[in-house]
Amino acid sequence: MSAGSIGTGRRMAGARVAVEYMKRYGIVTAFFALCIVLSLVSDYFLSVGNIVNVLRQTSINGVLAIGMTFVILTRGIDLSVGSVAALAGIVATSFATRSTIAGIPGAPYPALLAIAVGLLVGLASGGVSGGIVTRFRVPPFVVTLGMLSIARGLTLLYAGGRPIPDLTPQFRWIGTSEVFGVPLPILVLAVVFAVAWWVLGYTRFGRQVYATGGNPRAATSSGINVSRVRLLVYLISGGLAGLAGIMLAARTGSGLTQAGISYELDAIAAVVIGGTSLSGGVGGVTGTLFGALIIGVMNNGLDLLGVDSNYQQIFKGLMIVGAVMLDSARRGEAH
Amino acid sequence: MTSGTGRIVPDRTVRNRTKIALGRRDPVSSALLDVLGLTKSFDGVVALADGRFRLEAGTVHALCGGNGAGKSTFLSIVMGIQPRDSGTIAVAGKPVAFTHPSQALAAGIAIIEQELSPVLDLTVAENIFLGREPVAAFGRIDFAAMRRDAERLLRQLGFAIDPGAVMRTLSIGQMQLVEIAKALSHDAQIIIMDEPTSALGETEVGQLYAAVKRLRDAGKGIVYVSHRLTEILELADHYTVFRDGRYVSSGRVAEIDRAGLIGMIVGRALSEEYVKTNVPGEAIRLAVDGLSLPGTLSDISFTVRAGEIVGFYGLLGAGRTELMECLFGLQRGWTGRMTVDSVPVRAASPRAAMDAGLALVTEDRKQSGLVLTSSVRENLSLAMLPALSPRGVMDRKREAGAAVEAIRRFGIRTATDRLAVGSLSGGNQQKVVIGRFDMTTPKVFLFDEPTFFFYVWAKSEIYSIMSEFASKGGAVVMVSGEAEEILGMCDRIVVMRQGRVAAILERGQADQQTMLHLAA
Repeated sequence: MSAGSIGTGRRMAGARVAVEYMKRYGIVTAFFALCIVLSLVSDYFLSVGNIVNVLRQTSINGVLAIGMTFVILTRGIDLSVGSVAALAGIVATSFATRSTIAGIPGAPYPALLAIAVGLLVGLASGGVSGGIVTRFRVPPFVVTLGMLSIARGLTLLYAGGRPIPDLTPQFRWIGTSEVFGVPLPILVLAVVFAVAWWVLGYTRFGRQVYATGGNPRAATSSGINVSRVRLLVYLISGGLAGLAGIMLAARTGSGLTQAGISYELDAIAAVVIGGTSLSGGVGGVTGTLFGALIIGVMNNGLDLLGVDSNYQQIFKGLMIVGAVMLDSARRGEAH
Repeated sequence: MTSGTGRIVPDRTVRNRTKIALGRRDPVSSALLDVLGLTKSFDGVVALADGRFRLEAGTVHALCGGNGAGKSTFLSIVMGIQPRDSGTIAVAGKPVAFTHPSQALAAGIAIIEQELSPVLDLTVAENIFLGREPVAAFGRIDFAAMRRDAERLLRQLGFAIDPGAVMRTLSIGQMQLVEIAKALSHDAQIIIMDEPTSALGETEVGQLYAAVKRLRDAGKGIVYVSHRLTEILELADHYTVFRDGRYVSSGRVAEIDRAGLIGMIVGRALSEEYVKTNVPGEAIRLAVDGLSLPGTLSDISFTVRAGEIVGFYGLLGAGRTELMECLFGLQRGWTGRMTVDSVPVRAASPRAAMDAGLALVTEDRKQSGLVLTSSVRENLSLAMLPALSPRGVMDRKREAGAAVEAIRRFGIRTATDRLAVGSLSGGNQQKVVIGRFDMTTPKVFLFDEPTFFFYVWAKSEIYSIMSEFASKGGAVVMVSGEAEEILGMCDRIVVMRQGRVAAILERGQADQQTMLHLAA
């Protein structure tokens, strides 16, 4: 009798140690394990060219996912990031095109102005979503689902359904240039990540984000303006969606009305795989960065192995569910 | 594992009230529930080292113990929610090993849990018979029969609740009574009540007591878990005390007194329950004049002097919590005047209230006090973020210093300030919330049910913090539904009834009867 129960006890202890380990380093371990496996099965995987390629492909999802992390940390969600990226991209390119198709008088304008306009579009979209969430107390899922549709519709209306071609070289430079051999989009991701990491860990606003997500009532009674924090995270998410839209348009060399479709799902996947809890207050951008990298590496690896791209979807789905199962197990332990 | 555990138990239990059981059962295994040597550990941490309990039919048996005594583990094993490591459980003399609560229920053990889980948009009757609704022809739910059965059940229990009322329209206390009725509708022989009075007002407590006594007289066995010792002494026939996961002692309630019971639970004698060291001064720190909140509060006026503790007593729904929320900027739309040290204050937000020198420890620390996902340090610094982050960047050294200082000052028992605040005991969690607001150096400290759910020794720690704050010239407001602690701690008592001040009593002129009379 007792032998059996001791055995059970040991197994449970082992399981808890494993859960504890996975909670801290699971995402990093999974990332490197995946890399080792892929380097064994493909000679090309660890080549500089491929690594740069993966990072470049990850950069846009990474930027979106970092914005999404802020929102999810406050118990929210932003489903509109893909559409907002497309809207920002199309508006920005309309200021940077040499063609007359977009009908902006005086275009092309300097790339910096086009970028500023794109970022403003993103911020405005985020501001509208955040404003409705905080002022009218509509669930974020519903508000940003609406914004997903509205921004896509605005994108199509704005461009008359056609792509905006013939961008100025300065604008395209954002997507194609390299600094010391590192493509600019990768540097943008690095900067966005570093700033977000610092903001969440070292500033008052970061504390307010965690407190708002962890317990909004306690945050309120401790003097935190929870509505302001919520509004700001949607602004951040919208602004970064605008940035991602600009990066995407610069890389593809034109403003596309169909850009960014379902990108919100990859961004949410990166956040969730990275260990940020959908119930708020727990997680951070380091996990999200690795979550985005895992998705990027997995897609790349399956490509290299010649696996049907449809399997990528299946693996990603399994990872999302697995990550949330891990999160639940972890919170179950806490009880 | 062996059965027939009854004979090992030292038979000190009383038989005079167990006539029903004795008439039917073999005396050796006469206990309704007999548990021996129950053990359980989680990852090598022992939660229960020796759980023993013997429940006779026709008795109310209190299970006592502080936090971490093993009560919850014990109950969850008995109910089949968790497996045991070793030990025996016998129900009516037969050894059992439940693996699911439904099996326990089928064997005649019902539990009334602390946490309510009502379906708010169904009626009382539908809630009681949820999942086992009586059906008529073609599988149609027989609403008439359901309502009739619910009505009979509520009448038998003496609960004045309309079975047709929608759950949402009831008070929390009434909902709790419905939950109790639901558990009892299973016709169980053994009824476990885990903190059943925690959400009840005085009237409902009376109804619950009557129901418990009726069940006892009908020969049922009731396991009564409560942190309110007064209740145990009033209601229970027997007691069993656990401490640190071990059975300590058991016996007849009639043969012990309050101090003795506390001694067994704590493991040492408690010198003084109410730590009152403050002396009220003359200067008026907080003055409220004609405060009204549409639909909730009307014309509330009172003052609190430096060094004074003023208690707010009233029934649930009297508006005490809403009043505190008005003062602290958590409610909008109130009218009236308020001054702190003669300076008019009109707090539009908690931040403004704190700037004016107010602090509020809210009613439910888990719901509105703590960020359970964050560490002790992050919880302590939460109200001080602006001061601790010049130009928006956290001064992490100062934050850590402030946290360590608060832990030391309030004697918060935690290994480090980086620990998750959820891992602390209730009393220590409350001290974290108090420490958080103490950092803002308030002039007026508002406490809303600061000792709710605590055992006496944890309470007296909170009392001494309040006393100390007052004796340094601070003004303290204490909201409580427990007349005893209000009488023990407060210099003046404001009794509220239906959003109004019913009376303001001086210490000494107040007693429990007067207060209850004024509040009801």
